[in-house]
Amino acid sequence: MSTAREVLLDPILDNNPITLQVLGICSALAVTIKLSTTLVMCISVMAVTIASNVLISLLRNVIPANIRIIVQMTIIASLVIVVDQILQAVAYDLSKSMSVFVGLIITNCIVLGRAEAFAMQNGPWRSALDGLGNALGYGLLLIAVAVIREPLGAGTLLGYTVLPSVSSGGWYYTNGLLLLSPSAFFIIGLIIWALRSWKPEQVEEPEYQITHSAQFMETV
Amino acid sequence: MEHFLGIFVKAIFVENMALTFFLGMCTFIAISKKIETAFGLGIAVVVVLGLTVPINNLILTNFLREGALTWAGFPAVDLSFLGYLTYIGVIAAVVQILEMILDRYFPFLYNALGIFLPLITVNCAILGAVLFMAERDQTFGESMVFGLGAGVGWALAITALAGVREKLKYSDVPEGLRGLGITFITVGLLSLCFMSFGGIDL
Repeated sequence: MSTAREVLLDPILDNNPITLQVLGICSALAVTIKLSTTLVMCISVMAVTIASNVLISLLRNVIPANIRIIVQMTIIASLVIVVDQILQAVAYDLSKSMSVFVGLIITNCIVLGRAEAFAMQNGPWRSALDGLGNALGYGLLLIAVAVIREPLGAGTLLGYTVLPSVSSGGWYYTNGLLLLSPSAFFIIGLIIWALRSWKPEQVEEPEYQITHSAQFMETV
Repeated sequence: MEHFLGIFVKAIFVENMALTFFLGMCTFIAISKKIETAFGLGIAVVVVLGLTVPINNLILTNFLREGALTWAGFPAVDLSFLGYLTYIGVIAAVVQILEMILDRYFPFLYNALGIFLPLITVNCAILGAVLFMAERDQTFGESMVFGLGAGVGWALAITALAGVREKLKYSDVPEGLRGLGITFITVGLLSLCFMSFGGIDL
């Protein structure tokens, strides 16, 4: 049994939902163009993950096994409706600019994945910590991507000018590629590379090993 | 006719679900190691999208939208906040029904797609396309064409990625980049290729 501290901190670097578990990439990448939308997305996902983990963990002994996915989806969808209504009431412009991606938290694999893998077996307090940890690991990576994309792509950070761009009289030539979708993939790929060079135990086994040919070795 | 063709081509190439909107990424990356399985999953997504988008469009226009319940005598009722719950319910139900029909009448298709069908419920590409349909106020005909186009685009993208990955597994990739890392960069390059379709308008 892992300690509460491990449950909370493990998903942040050692078992990150995005770079290792391959969960929740879907709705994540399109919101990282601006740091402000990224922060809103992270907070929304955090709220939904914690709440759904706690609720499902409380109900885990009542939910019949063969309809559990539908029950879980209903709980998650209701929570996302609440988050969406709050966002529309408090920050209407932000919620408009995130368009369909708030709704897509429902199918964010982190939420359902953690509900299925952790909350169905553990108590509410530990499930809440697990939800918080996974949401933090997700948020950290998203914020890292946004912090690279927004300044280099538009010269701003949270709307404040960091690198004065040429179009507004400064010196920085903005790199338009970073505002387009492919850049997010490149940045995440490179972050995974950096993370795995730092923590070599996360490196995947190769399917094929290239051996040196005997002929070549003899010639040498 | 031209209008529908435009929506169809736009949904496949210009606004590709996987490569421009990053939708369905988890399955996209997890199940793209072999061309055959990727293609099977792609076909399943085309079928589910072609059904769920028009069905949800009917529900939206006849039940949920503000004033949509006038025919039942409730002109002032606005149920659009129930959207997410309804959409995901419809998607789960369609996937379940499709699974049962395939199992009963087309066992060979069921065996080919078997394990992927239940996974499609949580594929963001499905819910994403439904939400785009709702956001863009499409008519029933438009939603039908858009659903099919979005599915074909997603299937095309996952088959292309599987093709690249089948070749890629023989190459000598730096250690830390192996597996997931190089896949992300490959998807980035594919997405860059699809951007060349940008601006095409029929």
